[in-house]
Amino acid sequence: MINKKVANVHEALQGVSDNMTFMLGGFGLCGIPENSINELVKLNLKGLTCISNNAGVDDFGLGLLLHKKQIKKMVSSYVGENDEFERQMLSGELDVELIPQGTLAERCRAAQAGFPAIYTPAGYGTEVAEGKETREFDGKMYVLEHAFKADFAFVKAWKGDAAGNLIFKGTARNFNPVMCGAAKITVAEVEELVPVGTLDPNQIHIPGIFVQRIFQGETYEKRIEQRTVRQRST
Amino acid sequence: MALDKIGIAKRIAKEVQDGYYVNLGIGIPTLVANYVRDDIEVEFQSENGVLGMGPFPFDGEEDADIINAGKQTITTLPGASFFDSAMSFSMIRGKHVDLTILGAMEVSENGDIANWKIPGKMVKGMGGAMDLVASAENIIVAMMHTNKAGESKILKRCSLPLTGVGCVKKIVTNLAVLEVTDKGFKLLERAPGISVEDIKKATEGTLIIEGDIPEMSI
Repeated sequence: MINKKVANVHEALQGVSDNMTFMLGGFGLCGIPENSINELVKLNLKGLTCISNNAGVDDFGLGLLLHKKQIKKMVSSYVGENDEFERQMLSGELDVELIPQGTLAERCRAAQAGFPAIYTPAGYGTEVAEGKETREFDGKMYVLEHAFKADFAFVKAWKGDAAGNLIFKGTARNFNPVMCGAAKITVAEVEELVPVGTLDPNQIHIPGIFVQRIFQGETYEKRIEQRTVRQRST
Repeated sequence: MALDKIGIAKRIAKEVQDGYYVNLGIGIPTLVANYVRDDIEVEFQSENGVLGMGPFPFDGEEDADIINAGKQTITTLPGASFFDSAMSFSMIRGKHVDLTILGAMEVSENGDIANWKIPGKMVKGMGGAMDLVASAENIIVAMMHTNKAGESKILKRCSLPLTGVGCVKKIVTNLAVLEVTDKGFKLLERAPGISVEDIKKATEGTLIIEGDIPEMSI
């Protein structure tokens, strides 16, 4: 067993510096690497490029980094829940690349899987495709989209072991698996770090080979963005 | 009378057929799930990574790890599955999803759709909409026929940045059901109490009216 376990978030983030490019898992606030984000806030790194489907909310997730103006550029598909984001973008303080959600996933996966680029139909004929190579296959047009290049990927899983194996829960899976191994260093934080050998190999979502560092997060707030419920009929 | 959002959702629900996998966008489309006939089997896909979505959870049973693409807490039904974002869009781009229902700010008579950006004003992003419209063969747009100022959103050409080109096939608005054809918007149905004349006035794009136009049944 190759040991990927580090003692804490501080150790897990060794080597991060200003102006780096990071991938961060999560959809909305679901499945975001809370501990790594909080540490990035503490380290007060500047000039960051963040690849993440969303940008958090004003006071949680990536919104915390935005608030401190640590982010230079965001690469996202949807940023609707963050007023500070919209303000910084419209004022030009923040550089933003909005890309289709499936393209975001596939540019991560391409980096993970060793493809330099992929063709997708998404965005053809729109401003997303401007300046990009296009090609026709079987009478339909596609846009060439390049694999991301990132320094660190920060992902969050439900359970993991020191070998770096990961299991995700529910829709907190989202972008986390496709970011594993898609950056130079993948840092996985888990709710529960279990002894090696206790996870059933049949149930592993991400094999440890894609993970360089793993730690158990100290706390998880797991904030709910839209609490929607129904009442029990009496 | 023009339909409200629930009326639009009810009319669209009639397009959902037995055995369909369906992706619902945010807004009116989300409401469609409430009105699908209960004698057919349908599975709802949400692009954040769930197939087999159920209703909202009971108060106190919400799980932060189980949400839909609108970030709302949800439940799953027996037979449901979770998956990552790449696999989710494999379902979408790979045409495994049978029906896509989404909202729009504008549509044009050649089937273009705009729903993600108002330059200088609203910049929220396209989310999964560009992937959905670029691949789905069966797209229904749920929208209001006109904006708050009464101006048509059913146009010859979209004025807003496009989400996809030549992809919309059917539109259900508060006034009408329209089909996108080579020659323009073909009027299929009128909302209850709405006249063909009302629809003409509210439509900037080419409107094709052939024979008697029936009133929708909801």
